[in-house]
Amino acid sequence: MSVAEHTDRGPLTREEMARVLAGDIPRGAYVNLGIGLPTTVGDHLPPSSGVVLHTENGMLGMGPAATGDAADPDLINAGKVPVTELPGASYFHHADSFAMMRGGHLDLCVLGAYQVSASGDLANWHTGGPDAIPAVGGAMDLAVGARQVFVLMPLFTRTGEPKLVRECTYPLTALRCVNRVYTDVATFEIIGGDRVLVRETWGLSFSELRSRIDVPLERHVC
Amino acid sequence: MTLLCGSVDEAVSGIADGSTVLVGGFGTAGMPFELIDALVRQGARGLTVVSNNAGNADTGLAALLAAGQVSKVVCSFPRQTDSWVFDGLYRGGKVELELVPQGTLAERMRAAGAGIGGFYTRTGVGTLLAEGKETREIDGRTYVLELPIAADVALISAHTADTLGNLVYRKTARNFAPVMATAATTTVVQVRHVVEPGALDPEAVVTPGIYVDRIVRVAS
Repeated sequence: MSVAEHTDRGPLTREEMARVLAGDIPRGAYVNLGIGLPTTVGDHLPPSSGVVLHTENGMLGMGPAATGDAADPDLINAGKVPVTELPGASYFHHADSFAMMRGGHLDLCVLGAYQVSASGDLANWHTGGPDAIPAVGGAMDLAVGARQVFVLMPLFTRTGEPKLVRECTYPLTALRCVNRVYTDVATFEIIGGDRVLVRETWGLSFSELRSRIDVPLERHVC
Repeated sequence: MTLLCGSVDEAVSGIADGSTVLVGGFGTAGMPFELIDALVRQGARGLTVVSNNAGNADTGLAALLAAGQVSKVVCSFPRQTDSWVFDGLYRGGKVELELVPQGTLAERMRAAGAGIGGFYTRTGVGTLLAEGKETREIDGRTYVLELPIAADVALISAHTADTLGNLVYRKTARNFAPVMATAATTTVVQVRHVVEPGALDPEAVVTPGIYVDRIVRVAS
């Protein structure tokens, strides 16, 4: 049994969360980064990582955000932010972009979430609120299509509710699709059969973590 | 036969009330602003618009919505920080929304253009967006049946056309345009440059002219 428990410090900052996740992306992987916090994972992927970024609006080999005169309205990412192209980039239309996703050609996607369940169900597109306008974008396609789904999110809401839960109460994006959850206080591995393993903690111990969320947790075994 | 139009108003002429109109673009990249402005002037009403988003700020698709010409929007991502025109119409019950996952939206148009009567996808299984749809087990996995989206008109933009309607695009402004070009009875394309046949590298043509009915040059 081995959980790295970093109790001599506080929870991870958002930047540290992105860096921890980036460190677990395999060399040379084809990766899609979702809108928001997941996009910042790209800041921690040096060219030496060989990681190729996919953006669902039709590009492989996406580079960092474009600034100043380099911004081109014809070259944007899924968050509609101007970006750059790296040597070896390619462009394709939307049907091809999602075919490579659903067809299992993307190694990994990183998504944000409202909730993740112990079985790996994902809720990240709609709060279900009466006045909420639903918007799904490519979330459902990514969740079922990428070979691995990593979620990057704070573990608790602003009001202190855990976002890793036994059953999602928000409308689902996809069933049993999440493989890992990276948060500010712990990283989790979801391995099926409602089993959730804790790999690492920050700012609290494994037993403290266990007392704060209503999901049975096991220690990760290397 | 592709027609080279002298103006955007000529390019959108004849679009009938109640038409289904595909509108290219992802956000503002590849959005055919000039053709949409012409459609506002042309005045067709009761339109069903199929596009990834439901308009940004007050121009383009947002202007068409604000003009009251759209009765239904089929899209994947209506809610954005600057989608106030759509938001107001939707909350006021003035426009119907069919929300479709982005890849399913693209594939439904691809199916229409390719003569495919529908397809089974894993996207959406077990969610609100698959409710009421036929499902099927294939090799131990559950798939949901999605049907084609065929349209009367597609309004798209491209970078360069030759006079036979062959198209090349630029960077991520390509997005939905090549798929939409195949799925409409009449495909209308605004381009920055028009060249003679032979000037485009045939190996580089993305949309062959067979799919293109009208082209019009707009200022780049």
